[in-house]
Amino acid sequence: MAIIEVSNLKKSYGQLDVLKQITFDVDKNDVVAIIGPSGSGKSTMLRSLVHLEKVDGGSITVAGDSLVKDGIYASPQEIKKITTKMGMVFQHFNLFPHLTVRENLEIAPKMVKKESATIIRERSSQLLEKIGLINWADAYPAKLSGGQKQRVAIARALMMNPDILLFDEPTSALDPELTGEVLQVMKGLAEEHMTMIVVTHEMGFAKEVANRVIFMDNGEIIESGHPTELFENPQFERTKAFLNRSLK
Amino acid sequence: MMSMDNFMTMLKPMLEGAQMTVLLFFIAIIASIPLGFLITLAVRSNFKPLSWFAHGYIYIMRGTPLLLQLLLICFGLPMLPVVGEYLVLDRFVAACLGFILNYAAYFAEIFRGGLLAIDKGQYEAAQVLGLNKWQTTTRIILPQMFRIALPAVTNESVTLVKDTALLYAVAVPELLHYAQTAVNRDFTIFPFFVAGVIYLFMTLIISMSFKWMERRFKFE
Repeated sequence: MAIIEVSNLKKSYGQLDVLKQITFDVDKNDVVAIIGPSGSGKSTMLRSLVHLEKVDGGSITVAGDSLVKDGIYASPQEIKKITTKMGMVFQHFNLFPHLTVRENLEIAPKMVKKESATIIRERSSQLLEKIGLINWADAYPAKLSGGQKQRVAIARALMMNPDILLFDEPTSALDPELTGEVLQVMKGLAEEHMTMIVVTHEMGFAKEVANRVIFMDNGEIIESGHPTELFENPQFERTKAFLNRSLK
Repeated sequence: MMSMDNFMTMLKPMLEGAQMTVLLFFIAIIASIPLGFLITLAVRSNFKPLSWFAHGYIYIMRGTPLLLQLLLICFGLPMLPVVGEYLVLDRFVAACLGFILNYAAYFAEIFRGGLLAIDKGQYEAAQVLGLNKWQTTTRIILPQMFRIALPAVTNESVTLVKDTALLYAVAVPELLHYAQTAVNRDFTIFPFFVAGVIYLFMTLIISMSFKWMERRFKFE
């Protein structure tokens, strides 16, 4: 069953169409990798799912609820209800620098869900244990490496128990030797059947972990399919050209 | 050589004057920081007339001498037609008002700079986590803004201590006023040096307190 349905999504900045009639579904437990050249609209598409970008037309449905239908958005309360089903991990982590690692994890459950402090504390400890940073609980983000920061950002998103986790180029800002630890955590989540949509340049990750790959270029979905299919037997010239460039 | 007695006779009124200086400093700081912050919000407001007003306010307050503003408030307001007679303020109150209005404009610019320095990713992360506007502002944005603004606030505070000497011009007795009196009475400029040392001592205390705050809120 589709947990996210996107149809005919459109967005333009003036004359420039950044999203042209984007249509795709994501099933529960899917790990979808979105690949494509810079400026192809992948990030804009991903960000529109959590209402960080407004679209000009089309529909987005999340777990049966309409975020936007034929270009008309739901009420602000509805939007908030729908978007909090999704967690988001950013390229530049966006941790809160004035809060410790643990406070970063706990602020949203405390302020938004108003859960009890003991339950929140238990979950933050569990998650910090899981990402291997329990000893850094009281450190400020400034003390962490890029890879550690991104692991904290993933844990922060998980604290809200999202149904779907979105990643916007989660390893693009990291030194190459630090991408592994982040991809490892993401792989672990895939094995627990977390539904994930990952905008990435990591072809290895797309191949190994995703069960579907979407190739976007110039604001359109050119093709999508199982990674082995798409990587070994791309149907379109543009896909071939992109893969040749990035797999070199 | 000045005897100890003479020295104490000179020092006592100067220390009393310094109390006035300190009092003005605290009143001005405590009122102008929140007011400055409100002006920052007005500048950033989507309601254009409010934003224009705030811009105009900052332009006028920063573009004219503080001394002129003090003179206008103390001596100019009472000369306004009709309402003038109700605007005869106590000199000290008038001076406080002048300092607050002037410093609020500077603090507004400092805070505006602090807000501009905050990455938009902070707002996005807060939004995606479900924090509302108020929670985002009070828990995420303001603490970072104050941290970024702290060194510049320190600088303004030190300037404020020295600017209190402008009270002299509107005849509110303060530290410099008593130093001048002693200079005239005793035919020696020694009291000016004493006044200088007292100012240095006050600015030292302020610098040290703010340095402590900077370390305390280093977030490392």
